[in-house]
Amino acid sequence: MLLELVIFYVAAVFAIGAALLMILQRNPVASVLYLIVSLLAQATLYIQLSAMFVGAILVIVYAGAILVLFLFVIMLLNLRGEQFEEKRPRLGRATKMVISLALLVELLMIVKQTAFPERMDRLMVEATPDFGSVKPVAELLYTQYLYPFELTSILLLVAIVGAVIMAKRGRTDHDEEDK
Amino acid sequence: MSYTEIMLISSIKVIVVVLAVLTGCAYSTWLERKLVGHFQHRIGPNVAGPFGLLQPIADAIKLVFKEDIVPNNVERITYALAPIVVFIPALLSFAVVPFGDKVTMFGYQIDMVISDLDIGVLFVFAVTSLGVYGIVLAGWSSGSKYSLLGGVRSSAQMISYEVAYGLSIIGVLVIAGTLSMKELVAQQSSFFDWFIFRQPVGFVLYVICAIAETNRAPFDLPEAESELVAGYHTEYSSMRFAMFFIGEYANMLAVSCVATTIFLGGWQGPLLPPIIWFAIKVALFMSFYIWLRATLPRLRYDQLMNFGWKVLFPLALLNVMVTALIYRL
Repeated sequence: MLLELVIFYVAAVFAIGAALLMILQRNPVASVLYLIVSLLAQATLYIQLSAMFVGAILVIVYAGAILVLFLFVIMLLNLRGEQFEEKRPRLGRATKMVISLALLVELLMIVKQTAFPERMDRLMVEATPDFGSVKPVAELLYTQYLYPFELTSILLLVAIVGAVIMAKRGRTDHDEEDK
Repeated sequence: MSYTEIMLISSIKVIVVVLAVLTGCAYSTWLERKLVGHFQHRIGPNVAGPFGLLQPIADAIKLVFKEDIVPNNVERITYALAPIVVFIPALLSFAVVPFGDKVTMFGYQIDMVISDLDIGVLFVFAVTSLGVYGIVLAGWSSGSKYSLLGGVRSSAQMISYEVAYGLSIIGVLVIAGTLSMKELVAQQSSFFDWFIFRQPVGFVLYVICAIAETNRAPFDLPEAESELVAGYHTEYSSMRFAMFFIGEYANMLAVSCVATTIFLGGWQGPLLPPIIWFAIKVALFMSFYIWLRATLPRLRYDQLMNFGWKVLFPLALLNVMVTALIYRL
Protein backbone atom coordinates (compact mmCIF):
# COMPACT_ATOMS: atom_id res chain seq x y z
CA MET A 1 0.00 0.00 0.00
CA LEU A 2 1.12 3.54 -0.71
CA LEU A 3 0.97 4.79 2.88
CA GLU A 4 3.15 1.92 4.08
CA LEU A 5 5.71 2.71 1.41
CA VAL A 6 5.77 6.38 2.42
CA ILE A 7 6.21 5.46 6.09
CA PHE A 8 8.99 3.05 5.18
CA TYR A 9 10.98 5.61 3.18
CA VAL A 10 10.51 8.35 5.78
CA ALA A 11 11.63 6.00 8.57
CA ALA A 12 14.56 4.71 6.51
CA VAL A 13 15.78 8.22 5.65
CA PHE A 14 15.49 9.25 9.29
CA ALA A 15 17.27 6.12 10.53
CA ILE A 16 20.26 6.55 8.22
CA GLY A 17 20.32 10.35 8.22
CA ALA A 18 20.19 10.61 12.00
CA ALA A 19 22.86 7.93 12.34
CA LEU A 20 25.14 9.90 10.01
CA LEU A 21 24.47 13.16 11.84
CA MET A 22 25.23 11.41 15.10
CA ILE A 23 28.82 10.61 14.16
CA LEU A 24 29.35 13.95 12.39
CA GLN A 25 28.55 15.97 15.53
CA ARG A 26 31.02 17.62 17.86
CA ASN A 27 28.38 18.34 20.48
CA PRO A 28 27.84 15.13 22.52
CA VAL A 29 24.28 15.99 23.58
CA ALA A 30 23.24 16.53 19.96
CA SER A 31 24.86 13.17 19.10
CA VAL A 32 22.76 11.39 21.71
CA LEU A 33 19.62 13.12 20.43
CA TYR A 34 20.31 12.03 16.85
CA LEU A 35 20.91 8.49 18.09
CA ILE A 36 17.47 8.56 19.75
CA VAL A 37 15.86 9.74 16.51
CA SER A 38 17.64 6.97 14.64
CA LEU A 39 16.46 4.38 17.18
CA LEU A 40 12.85 5.55 16.95
CA ALA A 41 13.02 5.31 13.16
CA GLN A 42 14.45 1.78 13.47
CA ALA A 43 11.64 0.84 15.84
CA THR A 44 9.18 2.05 13.20
CA LEU A 45 10.86 -0.20 10.63
CA TYR A 46 10.66 -3.20 12.96
CA ILE A 47 6.97 -2.56 13.55
CA GLN A 48 6.41 -2.37 9.79
CA LEU A 49 8.02 -5.80 9.54
CA SER A 50 5.38 -6.82 12.14
CA ALA A 51 8.13 -7.41 14.69
CA MET A 52 6.03 -5.52 17.24
CA PHE A 53 7.79 -6.89 20.30
CA VAL A 54 11.29 -6.12 19.08
CA GLY A 55 10.23 -2.58 18.14
CA ALA A 56 8.69 -1.88 21.54
CA ILE A 57 11.64 -3.37 23.43
CA LEU A 58 14.06 -1.32 21.31
CA VAL A 59 12.32 1.85 22.45
CA ILE A 60 11.90 0.81 26.10
CA VAL A 61 15.43 -0.48 26.64
CA TYR A 62 17.59 1.68 24.39
CA ALA A 63 15.71 4.94 23.93
CA GLY A 64 13.98 4.83 27.31
CA ALA A 65 16.78 3.71 29.59
CA ILE A 66 20.28 3.38 28.15
CA LEU A 67 20.37 6.68 26.30
CA VAL A 68 18.92 8.49 29.33
CA LEU A 69 22.00 7.23 31.17
CA PHE A 70 24.22 8.53 28.35
CA LEU A 71 22.63 11.97 28.65
CA PHE A 72 22.88 11.77 32.43
CA VAL A 73 26.62 11.17 32.30
CA ILE A 74 27.18 13.88 29.68
CA MET A 75 25.23 16.34 31.80
CA LEU A 76 27.08 15.40 34.99
CA LEU A 77 30.47 15.87 33.34
CA ASN A 78 29.05 18.93 31.59
CA LEU A 79 30.70 18.04 28.29
CA ARG A 80 30.38 20.56 25.50
CA GLY A 81 31.69 20.26 21.98
CA GLU A 82 34.85 22.38 22.38
CA GLN A 83 36.41 20.08 24.94
CA PHE A 84 36.94 17.37 22.41
CA GLU A 85 39.15 19.52 20.19
CA GLU A 86 42.29 19.24 22.32
CA LYS A 87 42.17 15.67 23.53
CA ARG A 88 42.83 13.35 20.64
CA PRO A 89 42.38 9.64 21.36
CA ARG A 90 45.54 7.58 21.65
CA LEU A 91 44.79 5.16 18.87
CA GLY A 92 46.85 5.84 15.78
CA ARG A 93 45.34 6.50 12.36
CA ALA A 94 46.43 3.10 11.06
CA THR A 95 44.75 1.18 13.89
CA LYS A 96 41.52 3.05 13.31
CA MET A 97 41.64 2.29 9.59
CA VAL A 98 42.14 -1.42 10.24
CA ILE A 99 39.28 -1.60 12.75
CA SER A 100 36.91 0.33 10.48
CA LEU A 101 37.83 -1.87 7.53
CA ALA A 102 37.26 -5.06 9.55
CA LEU A 103 33.85 -3.76 10.64
CA LEU A 104 32.95 -2.84 7.06
CA VAL A 105 33.89 -6.29 5.78
CA GLU A 106 31.84 -7.88 8.54
CA LEU A 107 28.84 -5.72 7.70
CA LEU A 108 29.12 -6.50 3.98
CA MET A 109 29.23 -10.21 4.75
CA ILE A 110 26.02 -9.91 6.79
CA VAL A 111 24.35 -7.93 4.01
CA LYS A 112 25.42 -10.60 1.52
CA GLN A 113 23.67 -13.28 3.57
CA THR A 114 20.44 -11.30 3.74
CA ALA A 115 17.58 -12.65 1.71
CA PHE A 116 16.94 -10.14 -1.06
CA PRO A 117 13.73 -10.39 -3.09
CA GLU A 118 15.30 -12.19 -6.07
CA ARG A 119 16.51 -15.02 -3.83
CA MET A 120 13.54 -14.82 -1.54
CA ASP A 121 11.30 -17.54 -3.06
CA ARG A 122 13.38 -20.40 -1.73
CA LEU A 123 13.73 -18.84 1.72
CA MET A 124 10.18 -17.59 2.07
CA VAL A 125 8.39 -18.95 5.14
CA GLU A 126 4.71 -18.37 5.62
CA ALA A 127 4.33 -15.93 8.53
CA THR A 128 1.73 -16.83 11.12
CA PRO A 129 -0.87 -14.15 11.94
CA ASP A 130 0.64 -13.50 15.37
CA PHE A 131 4.18 -13.39 13.97
CA GLY A 132 6.40 -11.02 15.93
CA SER A 133 4.05 -10.47 18.84
CA VAL A 134 5.01 -11.43 22.38
CA LYS A 135 3.90 -15.05 22.56
CA PRO A 136 5.79 -16.55 19.60
CA VAL A 137 8.93 -14.59 20.48
CA ALA A 138 8.73 -15.78 24.08
CA GLU A 139 8.16 -19.37 22.99
CA LEU A 140 11.26 -19.31 20.80
CA LEU A 141 13.34 -17.64 23.52
CA TYR A 142 12.40 -20.18 26.16
CA THR A 143 12.62 -23.29 24.01
CA GLN A 144 14.90 -23.24 20.99
CA TYR A 145 17.13 -20.38 22.14
CA LEU A 146 16.97 -21.03 25.90
CA TYR A 147 20.71 -21.50 26.45
CA PRO A 148 21.94 -18.49 24.45
CA PHE A 149 19.23 -16.38 26.12
CA GLU A 150 20.16 -17.40 29.65
CA LEU A 151 23.88 -17.11 28.89
CA THR A 152 23.32 -13.52 27.73
CA SER A 153 21.69 -12.72 31.05
CA ILE A 154 24.66 -14.17 32.91
CA LEU A 155 26.97 -12.10 30.71
CA LEU A 156 25.03 -8.95 31.59
CA LEU A 157 25.12 -9.85 35.29
CA VAL A 158 28.89 -10.30 35.14
CA ALA A 159 29.19 -6.92 33.43
CA ILE A 160 27.13 -5.25 36.17
CA VAL A 161 29.19 -6.82 38.96
CA GLY A 162 32.35 -5.84 37.11
CA ALA A 163 31.21 -2.23 36.79
CA VAL A 164 30.38 -2.06 40.49
CA ILE A 165 33.80 -3.46 41.46
CA MET A 166 35.60 -1.02 39.13
CA ALA A 167 33.67 1.88 40.59
CA LYS A 168 34.38 0.81 44.17
CA ARG A 169 38.10 0.15 43.69
CA GLY A 170 39.08 3.79 43.36
CA ARG A 171 37.58 4.66 46.73
CA THR A 172 39.56 4.71 49.96
CA ASP A 173 38.33 3.29 53.25
CA HIS A 174 37.70 6.85 54.36
CA ASP A 175 34.92 7.17 51.80
CA GLU A 176 33.32 4.02 53.10
CA GLU A 177 33.23 5.41 56.64
CA ASP A 178 31.51 8.54 55.39
CA LYS A 179 28.55 6.57 54.19
CA MET B 1 -15.26 -0.94 5.74
CA SER B 2 -13.20 0.59 3.01
CA TYR B 3 -9.73 2.01 3.41
CA THR B 4 -10.91 5.64 3.33
CA GLU B 5 -13.60 4.94 5.90
CA ILE B 6 -11.08 3.40 8.28
CA MET B 7 -8.74 6.35 7.85
CA LEU B 8 -11.59 8.82 8.40
CA ILE B 9 -12.89 7.09 11.53
CA SER B 10 -9.37 6.82 12.98
CA SER B 11 -8.68 10.50 12.32
CA ILE B 12 -11.92 11.52 14.02
CA LYS B 13 -11.07 9.31 16.99
CA VAL B 14 -7.61 10.88 17.29
CA ILE B 15 -9.03 14.41 17.18
CA VAL B 16 -11.73 13.62 19.75
CA VAL B 17 -9.23 11.98 22.12
CA VAL B 18 -6.71 14.83 21.83
CA LEU B 19 -9.41 17.42 22.51
CA ALA B 20 -10.74 15.38 25.43
CA VAL B 21 -7.26 15.02 26.91
CA LEU B 22 -6.54 18.75 26.60
CA THR B 23 -9.85 19.60 28.26
CA GLY B 24 -9.10 16.99 30.89
CA CYS B 25 -5.72 18.62 31.58
CA ALA B 26 -7.29 22.06 31.89
CA TYR B 27 -9.91 20.84 34.33
CA SER B 28 -7.37 18.80 36.27
CA THR B 29 -5.66 22.08 37.15
CA TRP B 30 -9.04 23.41 38.30
CA LEU B 31 -9.65 20.23 40.33
CA GLU B 32 -6.21 20.48 41.88
CA ARG B 33 -6.56 24.13 42.89
CA LYS B 34 -10.05 23.55 44.22
CA LEU B 35 -9.17 20.42 46.20
CA VAL B 36 -5.87 21.73 47.56
CA GLY B 37 -7.75 24.89 48.54
CA HIS B 38 -10.22 22.89 50.61
CA PHE B 39 -7.46 20.72 52.07
CA GLN B 40 -5.88 23.93 53.32
CA HIS B 41 -9.13 25.48 54.57
CA ARG B 42 -9.35 27.89 51.67
CA ILE B 43 -12.02 28.10 48.98
CA GLY B 44 -9.82 27.93 45.91
CA PRO B 45 -10.70 29.65 42.61
CA ASN B 46 -14.31 30.86 42.77
CA VAL B 47 -14.46 34.14 40.84
CA ALA B 48 -14.28 33.14 37.17
CA GLY B 49 -17.62 31.51 36.42
CA PRO B 50 -19.72 29.33 38.75
CA PHE B 51 -17.44 27.42 41.20
CA GLY B 52 -14.50 29.01 39.36
CA LEU B 53 -15.15 26.70 36.41
CA LEU B 54 -13.85 29.23 33.89
CA GLN B 55 -10.55 29.57 35.75
CA PRO B 56 -8.59 27.22 33.38
CA ILE B 57 -9.65 29.38 30.42
CA ALA B 58 -8.57 32.54 32.23
CA ASP B 59 -5.23 30.86 33.03
CA ALA B 60 -4.75 29.82 29.41
CA ILE B 61 -5.44 33.35 28.12
CA LYS B 62 -3.03 34.80 30.66
CA LEU B 63 -0.24 32.38 29.73
CA VAL B 64 -0.67 32.94 25.99
CA PHE B 65 -0.39 36.69 26.32
CA LYS B 66 2.64 36.67 28.60
CA GLU B 67 6.02 37.66 27.20
CA ASP B 68 8.17 34.71 26.17
CA ILE B 69 11.53 35.38 27.81
CA VAL B 70 14.48 33.37 26.50
CA PRO B 71 17.65 33.77 28.60
CA ASN B 72 20.90 34.55 26.77
CA ASN B 73 22.99 31.44 27.28
CA VAL B 74 20.48 28.73 26.43
CA GLU B 75 21.04 26.10 23.76
CA ARG B 76 18.36 27.44 21.47
CA ILE B 77 17.17 24.34 19.62
CA THR B 78 17.04 21.94 22.55
CA TYR B 79 15.53 24.69 24.71
CA ALA B 80 12.65 25.06 22.26
CA LEU B 81 12.34 21.31 21.75
CA ALA B 82 12.13 20.28 25.43
CA PRO B 83 8.53 21.33 26.23
CA ILE B 84 7.28 19.54 23.11
CA VAL B 85 9.19 16.38 24.04
CA VAL B 86 7.47 16.35 27.45
CA PHE B 87 4.06 16.78 25.88
CA ILE B 88 4.03 14.37 22.91
CA PRO B 89 4.77 11.05 24.69
CA ALA B 90 2.06 11.82 27.25
CA LEU B 91 -0.46 12.25 24.45
CA LEU B 92 0.73 9.14 22.58
CA SER B 93 -0.09 6.78 25.42
CA PHE B 94 -3.79 7.58 25.06
CA ALA B 95 -3.71 5.83 21.68
CA VAL B 96 -4.14 2.38 23.23
CA VAL B 97 -6.49 3.20 26.12
CA PRO B 98 -9.97 1.72 25.65
CA PHE B 99 -12.53 4.31 26.77
CA GLY B 100 -15.57 2.10 26.36
CA ASP B 101 -17.15 -0.88 24.64
CA LYS B 102 -18.01 -1.10 20.94
CA VAL B 103 -20.74 1.36 19.97
CA THR B 104 -22.78 1.66 16.80
CA MET B 105 -22.74 5.19 15.40
CA PHE B 106 -24.09 6.26 11.98
CA GLY B 107 -24.26 2.60 11.01
CA TYR B 108 -20.61 1.88 11.82
CA GLN B 109 -19.31 -0.41 14.54
CA ILE B 110 -16.87 1.82 16.35
CA ASP B 111 -14.36 0.59 18.90
CA MET B 112 -13.83 3.12 21.67
CA VAL B 113 -10.06 2.83 21.35
CA ILE B 114 -7.83 4.43 18.76
CA SER B 115 -5.72 1.34 18.24
CA ASP B 116 -5.99 -1.97 20.06
CA LEU B 117 -2.38 -3.11 19.79
CA ASP B 118 -1.31 -6.64 20.68
CA ILE B 119 1.45 -5.04 22.70
CA GLY B 120 -0.69 -2.25 24.19
CA VAL B 121 0.87 -2.31 27.65
CA LEU B 122 4.39 -2.40 26.21
CA PHE B 123 3.48 0.53 23.95
CA VAL B 124 2.40 2.61 26.94
CA PHE B 125 5.66 1.88 28.73
CA ALA B 126 7.70 2.58 25.61
CA VAL B 127 6.22 6.03 24.99
CA THR B 128 6.08 7.12 28.63
CA SER B 129 9.74 6.18 29.05
CA LEU B 130 10.54 8.87 26.45
CA GLY B 131 8.98 11.66 28.52
CA VAL B 132 12.10 11.97 30.67
CA TYR B 133 14.04 13.46 27.74
CA GLY B 134 11.98 16.63 27.80
CA ILE B 135 12.87 17.26 31.42
CA VAL B 136 16.54 16.32 31.01
CA LEU B 137 16.92 18.52 27.92
CA ALA B 138 15.11 21.43 29.55
CA GLY B 139 17.49 21.19 32.49
CA TRP B 140 20.57 20.90 30.33
CA SER B 141 19.76 23.54 27.73
CA SER B 142 18.63 26.28 30.10
CA GLY B 143 22.19 27.09 31.11
CA SER B 144 21.15 27.53 34.72
CA LYS B 145 22.36 25.64 37.79
CA TYR B 146 18.89 25.13 39.21
CA SER B 147 17.61 23.77 35.94
CA LEU B 148 20.60 21.46 35.53
CA LEU B 149 20.19 20.07 39.05
CA GLY B 150 16.50 19.53 38.40
CA GLY B 151 17.27 17.71 35.15
CA VAL B 152 19.93 15.51 36.73
CA ARG B 153 17.66 14.62 39.64
CA SER B 154 14.83 13.83 37.32
CA SER B 155 16.82 11.49 35.09
CA ALA B 156 18.23 9.62 38.09
CA GLN B 157 14.79 9.35 39.66
CA MET B 158 13.04 8.20 36.54
CA ILE B 159 15.63 5.56 35.69
CA SER B 160 15.51 4.22 39.24
CA TYR B 161 11.75 4.01 39.46
CA GLU B 162 11.21 2.77 35.93
CA VAL B 163 12.50 -0.69 36.87
CA ALA B 164 10.00 -1.18 39.67
CA TYR B 165 7.33 0.54 37.55
CA GLY B 166 7.72 -2.02 34.79
CA LEU B 167 7.87 -4.94 37.24
CA SER B 168 4.76 -3.81 39.13
CA ILE B 169 2.44 -4.74 36.28
CA ILE B 170 4.19 -7.99 35.33
CA GLY B 171 2.07 -9.73 37.98
CA VAL B 172 -1.10 -8.66 36.16
CA LEU B 173 0.35 -9.78 32.85
CA VAL B 174 1.28 -13.17 34.31
CA ILE B 175 -2.32 -13.71 35.44
CA ALA B 176 -3.95 -12.28 32.31
CA GLY B 177 -1.55 -13.75 29.75
CA THR B 178 -2.08 -10.82 27.39
CA LEU B 179 -0.65 -7.39 26.68
CA SER B 180 -3.70 -5.99 24.92
CA MET B 181 -5.47 -3.30 26.95
CA LYS B 182 -8.86 -4.32 25.56
CA GLU B 183 -8.29 -7.92 26.54
CA LEU B 184 -7.24 -6.84 30.05
CA VAL B 185 -10.52 -4.95 30.52
CA ALA B 186 -12.47 -7.92 29.24
CA GLN B 187 -10.88 -10.10 31.92
CA GLN B 188 -12.18 -7.84 34.70
CA SER B 189 -15.88 -8.21 33.95
CA SER B 190 -17.09 -8.79 37.52
CA PHE B 191 -16.17 -6.55 40.44
CA PHE B 192 -13.94 -9.01 42.29
CA ASP B 193 -12.12 -9.86 39.09
CA TRP B 194 -10.58 -6.40 39.06
CA PHE B 195 -6.83 -6.78 39.13
CA ILE B 196 -6.60 -4.49 42.15
CA PHE B 197 -8.03 -7.41 44.18
CA ARG B 198 -5.95 -10.07 42.50
CA GLN B 199 -2.77 -7.98 42.54
CA PRO B 200 -3.01 -5.66 45.58
CA VAL B 201 0.77 -5.42 46.03
CA GLY B 202 1.21 -4.79 42.31
CA PHE B 203 -1.33 -1.97 42.45
CA VAL B 204 0.34 -0.23 45.41
CA LEU B 205 3.74 -0.55 43.70
CA TYR B 206 2.28 0.77 40.44
CA VAL B 207 0.77 3.82 42.15
CA ILE B 208 3.96 4.70 44.04
CA CYS B 209 6.19 4.29 40.98
CA ALA B 210 3.76 6.15 38.73
CA ILE B 211 3.78 9.14 41.09
CA ALA B 212 7.57 9.10 41.02
CA GLU B 213 7.60 8.79 37.21
CA THR B 214 5.31 11.80 36.83
CA ASN B 215 7.43 13.86 39.26
CA ARG B 216 4.52 14.57 41.57
CA ALA B 217 4.59 15.17 45.31
CA PRO B 218 5.97 13.56 47.43
CA PHE B 219 8.45 12.67 44.66
CA ASP B 220 8.63 16.12 43.07
CA LEU B 221 12.33 16.60 43.76
CA PRO B 222 13.13 17.72 40.19
CA GLU B 223 11.11 20.87 40.80
CA ALA B 224 11.53 21.21 44.58
CA GLU B 225 10.72 24.90 44.91
CA SER B 226 12.34 25.30 48.33
CA GLU B 227 15.77 24.29 46.99
CA LEU B 228 15.73 24.58 43.21
CA VAL B 229 13.42 27.57 42.54
CA ALA B 230 11.35 25.58 40.03
CA GLY B 231 13.88 22.95 38.94
CA TYR B 232 14.07 22.12 35.25
CA HIS B 233 11.53 24.74 34.12
CA THR B 234 13.00 27.67 36.06
CA GLU B 235 14.02 29.47 32.86
CA TYR B 236 10.79 28.90 30.97
CA SER B 237 7.99 31.42 30.67
CA SER B 238 4.75 32.00 28.83
CA MET B 239 3.51 29.24 26.47
CA ARG B 240 6.67 27.17 26.83
CA PHE B 241 6.07 26.98 30.55
CA ALA B 242 2.42 26.22 29.90
CA MET B 243 3.45 23.25 27.75
CA PHE B 244 5.43 21.77 30.65
CA PHE B 245 2.42 22.37 32.82
CA ILE B 246 0.00 20.70 30.42
CA GLY B 247 2.54 17.92 29.86
CA GLU B 248 2.64 17.16 33.57
CA TYR B 249 -1.12 16.94 33.78
CA ALA B 250 -1.35 14.92 30.57
CA ASN B 251 1.13 12.48 32.12
CA MET B 252 -0.94 12.24 35.28
CA LEU B 253 -4.06 11.65 33.22
CA ALA B 254 -2.27 8.99 31.19
CA VAL B 255 -1.18 7.21 34.36
CA SER B 256 -4.72 7.43 35.75
CA CYS B 257 -6.19 6.03 32.53
CA VAL B 258 -3.68 3.17 32.45
CA ALA B 259 -4.26 2.41 36.14
CA THR B 260 -8.01 2.41 35.55
CA THR B 261 -7.65 0.10 32.58
CA ILE B 262 -5.20 -2.34 34.13
CA PHE B 263 -6.31 -2.45 37.76
CA LEU B 264 -9.75 -0.86 38.17
CA GLY B 265 -11.80 -2.71 35.57
CA GLY B 266 -11.51 -0.10 32.84
CA TRP B 267 -14.84 1.16 31.54
CA GLN B 268 -16.86 -1.60 33.18
CA GLY B 269 -19.56 -0.78 35.73
CA PRO B 270 -23.32 -1.13 36.24
CA LEU B 271 -26.15 1.16 35.03
CA LEU B 272 -24.16 4.17 33.81
CA PRO B 273 -22.70 4.16 30.28
CA PRO B 274 -19.07 2.88 30.04
CA ILE B 275 -17.50 6.22 29.18
CA ILE B 276 -19.00 7.76 32.36
CA TRP B 277 -17.64 4.95 34.50
CA PHE B 278 -14.25 5.43 32.92
CA ALA B 279 -14.35 9.17 33.63
CA ILE B 280 -15.43 8.62 37.25
CA LYS B 281 -12.58 6.18 37.90
CA VAL B 282 -10.01 8.45 36.28
CA ALA B 283 -11.31 11.46 38.23
CA LEU B 284 -11.05 9.50 41.49
CA PHE B 285 -7.49 8.50 40.69
CA MET B 286 -6.59 12.12 39.87
CA SER B 287 -8.14 13.23 43.17
CA PHE B 288 -5.98 10.66 44.94
CA TYR B 289 -2.91 12.20 43.30
CA ILE B 290 -3.95 15.64 44.55
CA TRP B 291 -4.83 14.32 47.99
CA LEU B 292 -1.31 12.89 48.31
CA ARG B 293 0.19 16.20 47.23
CA ALA B 294 -1.74 18.06 49.89
CA THR B 295 -0.88 15.53 52.61
CA LEU B 296 2.68 14.28 52.28
CA PRO B 297 5.94 16.21 52.69
CA ARG B 298 8.63 15.84 50.01
CA LEU B 299 11.15 13.03 50.39
CA ARG B 300 14.85 13.73 50.83
CA TYR B 301 16.98 12.70 47.86
CA ASP B 302 18.82 9.78 49.53
CA GLN B 303 15.52 8.54 51.00
CA LEU B 304 14.04 8.55 47.51
CA MET B 305 16.89 6.48 46.05
CA ASN B 306 17.01 4.04 48.97
CA PHE B 307 13.25 3.58 48.86
CA GLY B 308 13.28 2.93 45.13
CA TRP B 309 16.14 0.45 44.99
CA LYS B 310 16.00 -1.24 48.39
CA VAL B 311 12.25 -1.43 49.04
CA LEU B 312 10.22 -1.11 45.84
CA PHE B 313 12.51 -3.07 43.51
CA PRO B 314 12.87 -6.23 45.70
CA LEU B 315 9.18 -6.07 46.59
CA ALA B 316 8.23 -5.91 42.92
CA LEU B 317 10.46 -8.90 42.11
CA LEU B 318 8.97 -10.86 45.00
CA ASN B 319 5.47 -9.99 43.82
CA VAL B 320 6.23 -11.33 40.34
CA MET B 321 7.69 -14.54 41.77
CA VAL B 322 4.80 -15.18 44.16
CA THR B 323 2.23 -14.44 41.47
CA ALA B 324 3.95 -16.76 39.02
CA LEU B 325 4.14 -19.54 41.62
CA ILE B 326 0.45 -19.23 42.58
CA TYR B 327 -1.07 -18.77 39.15
CA ARG B 328 1.22 -20.61 36.79
CA LEU B 329 2.43 -23.65 38.68
